[in-house]
Amino acid sequence: MSAPSIAVRVSEVAAVTPLVKRFRLEPESGGRLPAFSGGAHIAVEMQDGAHRRRNAFSLMGSPSDTTGYVIGVRRHDNGRGGSRYMHERVTPGTMLRIAHPANLFPIDGRARKHLLLAGGIGITPLVAMAEQFARDGQPFELHYAARSPEHAAFADELLERFGPAVHTHFSAQGRRLACASLLAEQPLGTHLYVCGPETLMDEAFASARALGWPEQSLHRERFAAPARGLPFAVRLARSGRRVDVGADQSMLEALEAAGAPVASLCRGGACGQCETRVLACDGTLLHADHYLSAAERGAGGKVMPCVSRFAGRSLTLDL
Amino acid sequence: MPETSIKSRPVYGTLAPQPGTRHILLADGDGAAAIVDLARAAPPEFFERAHIITAPAAGAMAVRAPLRALAPAVLDETDRLAAALSRLAEVLAGAGMGTRLYVAGTEGTIGQAMQVALDAGVELGAIATEHRGSRARRVQCAHCKTFIDEVTTQPVACSGCGLMLFVRDHYSRRLAAFQGVCVDAEEPGSAPTPEEVFT
Amino acid sequence: MTITFRRETFRDDYNFSNSAVGIRRFPFPFDRDHYMYAVNIEPHVKGHPGTIYESLIDVDEHYVAEMQDRALVLAEDPLRSQSLPHMELAGWDLLELLMEQLAAGYPAHFELRRSGKRWRWVNRPLGIDDTFVFGAASTLPYGPMEYITRQAQGDFCILDQRDGNLWMDAGMVTTQADWSLDFDLGMNFMEWHAPVPRAHEMGVFDRALKFMLNLGQGQPMRRFNWTMTVNPRLDTSPETYPKWGPDRRSVTADNVGDKVHLRVELQSFWRLPRSNAIVFPIRCYLIKLEELVTVPKWARRMHRVLRDLPPDLVDYKGLTRWRPIAVDYLAAFDDGAATSPGIWPD
Repeated sequence: MSAPSIAVRVSEVAAVTPLVKRFRLEPESGGRLPAFSGGAHIAVEMQDGAHRRRNAFSLMGSPSDTTGYVIGVRRHDNGRGGSRYMHERVTPGTMLRIAHPANLFPIDGRARKHLLLAGGIGITPLVAMAEQFARDGQPFELHYAARSPEHAAFADELLERFGPAVHTHFSAQGRRLACASLLAEQPLGTHLYVCGPETLMDEAFASARALGWPEQSLHRERFAAPARGLPFAVRLARSGRRVDVGADQSMLEALEAAGAPVASLCRGGACGQCETRVLACDGTLLHADHYLSAAERGAGGKVMPCVSRFAGRSLTLDL
Repeated sequence: MPETSIKSRPVYGTLAPQPGTRHILLADGDGAAAIVDLARAAPPEFFERAHIITAPAAGAMAVRAPLRALAPAVLDETDRLAAALSRLAEVLAGAGMGTRLYVAGTEGTIGQAMQVALDAGVELGAIATEHRGSRARRVQCAHCKTFIDEVTTQPVACSGCGLMLFVRDHYSRRLAAFQGVCVDAEEPGSAPTPEEVFT
Repeated sequence: MTITFRRETFRDDYNFSNSAVGIRRFPFPFDRDHYMYAVNIEPHVKGHPGTIYESLIDVDEHYVAEMQDRALVLAEDPLRSQSLPHMELAGWDLLELLMEQLAAGYPAHFELRRSGKRWRWVNRPLGIDDTFVFGAASTLPYGPMEYITRQAQGDFCILDQRDGNLWMDAGMVTTQADWSLDFDLGMNFMEWHAPVPRAHEMGVFDRALKFMLNLGQGQPMRRFNWTMTVNPRLDTSPETYPKWGPDRRSVTADNVGDKVHLRVELQSFWRLPRSNAIVFPIRCYLIKLEELVTVPKWARRMHRVLRDLPPDLVDYKGLTRWRPIAVDYLAAFDDGAATSPGIWPD
C-alpha cells in the first residue's frame, strides 16, 4: 500500500527555542488538507540532493484547522539528518511532499478524563490532543516536564490557551514531575497519554501499573527514531540486486531510493506495515522496532527495515 | 466451568490479588467461596483496602462467616442481586483509578456486575472474574428484547413474547446476555422439546 | 449522470426488480467456479462507467425505494440505528464523507455547499434541503450518523480503534444478512465475527484485523461477501426472523427463478480522519436468479458454486431448505463449458 502524497508549501517557520522550530505547511494548490485526530503524525519527504529522506512528525495544530498543518521539530545533530535538514534548509516557500495523516497514538474517546504527560519535544502530539479536548469539551489535564522554562517549547502559549489545565514541571527549579503521586489521585475512567523520553514513559507506565491501572488506560507514543549506524548491504532475492544502505539512511529509505519500495506507515518500528521476510542472514539482525515479538526476533525470519539494521557478511530479503 | 466454543463466549479465570489501591469484591452465594480462596494468596494488607459486596444466597450463614473472618474494610451484605448491583454502582461512582473489581458467581451475576462496572468507566483489564455455581444463562430475546434470567433449557420459551428461542453461544457484554433466536420461525410449531442443558 | 429511480418494494408485494442496465452492473462476486472464505481485500478505487465502481459511494436505480424501506424499518425498530456516546465525532466524519462523495459522484442529484461550519445539503431525490452547523448535532433532525445514513444505501458500521482491536460502537443496520446491531453493538472484531464458521480456524480474522488496524486515511479498501435470500427482502434481521423465516419454505421449481435472490455485499473500509475510527459500509445488491441467468457466464458459475458449497456454509448462510431446487434450476443453464477468469460478463 503506497500512500498518495500531498504537495505542501512551507508558509511559516519560527524558532521557538534554540533547538526547536515550528513549521506551518499549507496545501500547494490551495483548498483544504485532510482533517486529522489528536495524536496523528505525518511523514514528510525531503529531497536532500540525491538523497530522499522521510521523517515522521506529530501534528501539533488544532485538528479543526484544515487550512494548514503545524509541526514542531527538534534538531538532533547526531541523528540521521532529517531534523537538521528541516532546521537548515527549509524556509518559507519550500515545497515538500507529505503523506496523509496516520495515528498510532490515538485518543480513547470513552475516557472520563484525559491525563497528558509530556517530556521535552514529546509535547507536540499532546498539543493537538489538548486542542481536540478543548473543542469537544472533554476534561483533560496536561503536565509538561522539562529541564527549565527555556527548554519547554510552546509552554507559554499552552498556558495562555488552556490556563489551569496546564501544569509545568521544571527539574532545574527543583519541581520534578512526580508521576506516582499524580497518578494516585485520578478519578475512575482516566486515561493516561505519555510522550517524551523513554525514561519518562517507562516511569509513568511503571507507576500506573503498580497502582493498578489497567493496560487499556495507558497510551504512549511509540516512535523509535531510526538510528544511525554502520553502512551495510542487502541482497534482494527476486531481482538479485544489491542495495547499499548508508550510515545516515534507514534500510527502508535505501530500498525506496533503489526503486524497491516496501509498504510503510509509521517509519518508526511501531505499526508492522513494512515487515519484510528474511531469506538468508549470515550475520546479526539489529532489531530496533517495537513490533516483532521476542520469539519472532529469535526465529530470525522477519525484519522491520524502517528502523532495524544489519551487521555481518550478507543479508537476503524476500523482495 | 462452561466450555469455550465461539469467540464471543466469555472466558472466566480464577480470582487472584492484583496490584491496586482499592479492591471491590462482589460475589453471589456460589461465588463467595472464590473470595475465600483468593484470600489464601492475598498479602496481609489486601483486605484493609477491600470492600466486599455479597448478593442473595451469600447471606446464608455458611458463607457469611468466612467472609466476615476476612475482616475487609467494608462488608455489604445485601439480600438481592439488584441491591448488590446498585451498591456496586454507588461505590464505583466515587472511586478512583487503581480500583480493581473481582466478581465471582454465576454467569448472570458476573455479566451484570461487569455491565455496571463498564458503565462506570472501569476498563475490562481492571475486572477479574471467576465462574462458580450453576451454568444457568441470562438470555435476551432477539424479537421482543425481553431478558430472561436463569435459563437452563435449550430451547427456552420467551417470557415476553412466548416464542421458543434457541440460545446461541453468542454473548453481549453490553447487554450481559446470550442471544435467543426463534427456533421454529421457518416452520412454526416444529420446536424441539426443551432439555435441561445449562445446569 | 442522471438516474431514473424505480418505484418498488422490498416487503409485502415485493415488486423489486433490476432493469437490463441494472443487471449488467450487478457485482457478481465469484471470480472462479468454487467458493471459499477469503480475506480478498483490494483498494477501493474508481472503475469503469457502467459498473458499481463508477463512484466510490454507489447510488443506483433502487436508491429512493431503499431509503423508504429503511424509514419503515426504523419506524418499527429504532434500535437499528445506534451510536455509543463517544462515537458522535465519527458520525460527523461519516456525514462529511458521504456528502462529499454523493455530491461529487451525482451532482444532478446531490449538492453540498460549505461556508465555514455552516453547510447546506441538498438531496433532490428525497426532497431534502437542510442548512446546519457542522459539529453541532442540535442543528440536525437526527444525530449526524443517523441523519446521513437515512440518505445513503447500504448498512454502515462505525468501528472505534483502541487496545489493538476494533469495536463496533455505532451503526445503521437495516439491510443485513441475519445479524443484529443491537446485539453486537460494543463488541470487538473477533466477538462480532464469532458466529462465522471456519474462518477463525483459518486465521482469516487475525490477518484481516491486523490489516484493518493499519488502514490509511485516503486509501479505502473493499471486499465482497455474499449470501442468498428468498424474496427481495432487504431487512433479513434476527429481530424479524419470524416474519421472513417461513418464506424459506415457499420456494418451488416454478417460482425459484423469481423468488431466490443472490445477495452480494460490497464491504468497504474507510479511515475516518477526525475520530480515527473506521467506517465499514456494507452495501447490499440483490439479483433474482432469473435475472442472473441472462448472463451465461454467471449462470454456469453460480450453478457450480452453489452445487459444491460445503455443508456448514450452506447452513450458516441459511440455504439448506431450498438449495436443491435452486441447483436444479441453475443446472439447466450450465452446459459444462469453461468460464473465463474474473467476475465480469463475457
